[in-house]
Amino acid sequence: MSLPLLRSLPTFGAGEDPGPSFTGLLAAAGLPADIGRPDAAGQGDLSGVAHGTTVVALRHRDGVVMAGDRRATAGNLISHRSIEKVYPAGRHAGVAIAGAAGPSMEMVRLFQLQLEHYEKVEGQPLSLDGQANQLSQMVRANLTSALRGLLVVPLFAGWDERRQCGRLFQYDVTGGRYEEQDYAAGGSGSLHAGTVVKLGFRPGLEPAAAADLAISALFQAADEDSATGGPDLVRGIFPVVVNIDADGYRRLEDPQVEERFRALLAALDADGGAAQSEGGSGGG
Amino acid sequence: MNMPFYVAPEQIMKDRADYARKGIARGKSLVAVTYRDGILLCAENVSNTLRKISEIYDRIAFAGVGKYNEFDQLRIAGVRHADLKGYAYSRQDVEARSLANQYAQILGQIFTHEMKPMEVEILVAEISDEAGTEQLFHILYDGTVNDESRWSVLGGEAEAISERLGDLHDADLDAAAALRAAVDALAGPERTLVADDLEVATLDRTLGRRCFRRLGIAEVDALLGQPRAASGEAPDGAAE
Repeated sequence: MSLPLLRSLPTFGAGEDPGPSFTGLLAAAGLPADIGRPDAAGQGDLSGVAHGTTVVALRHRDGVVMAGDRRATAGNLISHRSIEKVYPAGRHAGVAIAGAAGPSMEMVRLFQLQLEHYEKVEGQPLSLDGQANQLSQMVRANLTSALRGLLVVPLFAGWDERRQCGRLFQYDVTGGRYEEQDYAAGGSGSLHAGTVVKLGFRPGLEPAAAADLAISALFQAADEDSATGGPDLVRGIFPVVVNIDADGYRRLEDPQVEERFRALLAALDADGGAAQSEGGSGGG
Repeated sequence: MNMPFYVAPEQIMKDRADYARKGIARGKSLVAVTYRDGILLCAENVSNTLRKISEIYDRIAFAGVGKYNEFDQLRIAGVRHADLKGYAYSRQDVEARSLANQYAQILGQIFTHEMKPMEVEILVAEISDEAGTEQLFHILYDGTVNDESRWSVLGGEAEAISERLGDLHDADLDAAAALRAAVDALAGPERTLVADDLEVATLDRTLGRRCFRRLGIAEVDALLGQPRAASGEAPDGAAE
């Protein structure tokens, strides 16, 4: 016996049942999920939409640290000073986004719902590999929009309950998924941020040291890349730093991040870092 | 040409109701009680995998007794309804009342129009930030909705269990005491139930966004291990 199909309580026959997939459910219910629709980007110049920039992730002794700056740019202008680019995904993972802000956030929202929906329907959470794969499919579905300038390139990191270790994945616009052993960086400042992490990275870092390294990487990226926002001491805006381990996803409180930034600035000052930054801005 | 025998509508409805009630009475019962931090749901269930209690949304839980495949179908439809609604509007617009009405519609429709009524009784439970505003929507096989506020009992022996709960329940109980009251009411004077026989979950407003939490066997054991009188200062097992 099947339930009569009522519009507001969605039930399906055996053939068209979307199973535990939320995007499948959206399609079956006739609600458009804009991610990946070829016409979603439309025609015309989209370079003026807000873009989020630099994110980094690195593994440490107990799991993974992810961090992202807070700036969104539209062309040469700063469009937002305090957007967030690192989000929880499930209980033990996080996703960090670089690219067009609107589609990125929608993708994150769909991804979060996809994971939660799966967990509720199936009665147990999706494995970390399954989650990474889901995100891969969403990025791939966005390819047409990406080619029109609405790029979405996420980093995905989490605690793998089966393997009992932290893992991280990098993506490209085609949905290609690359598992990284040590660290990954994305967005316009990724070259500089990635280099800082590369030089400071050691296997088995303490979680606190990993957070400091991520903060340092974002600071240096902001120093070299105009689209990356540094710590804003006047407005009290600091990058989002999260730690993911066996206990789950936990965002560092702003005062903690501020404290770490001030320590970094003090260290740079002591090392004569001021001379270095003067040299950097001397060209103007 | 053979004419079908005339059967009075009252008789048809009565037969269907008897059929559904018999099916439900064959299974074990379930109780939901309000307590200090929200709602505690406790079912007699020997299976560790076929659940009677589950999460629908941030603050909404589902429980069902009767035929497993039938209430599980309703559970999944509820999860879909809630997630779609939360996606289309906002998370705070998802509420138990509208879901309960949907369930009532569907059960009522099946009861009157299909050959066989659903042999289920379900519960949609919701908590809010404030204590004392818990909602328990108890929906019967024919679509009848009861809005209960302190506790709810589903299943064959509902009346006897409800009577026992009346003596034991207090909305200010902590998780351990609420579980003890629920288990004692389910078991009655002649039986003892242990953690292995139970499925326990809470909707706990101290947990943040997703308030639903399933309690493992070890945790249920630990909560039940506490002496009955020591409910005042007992460590709160639900707020880790």
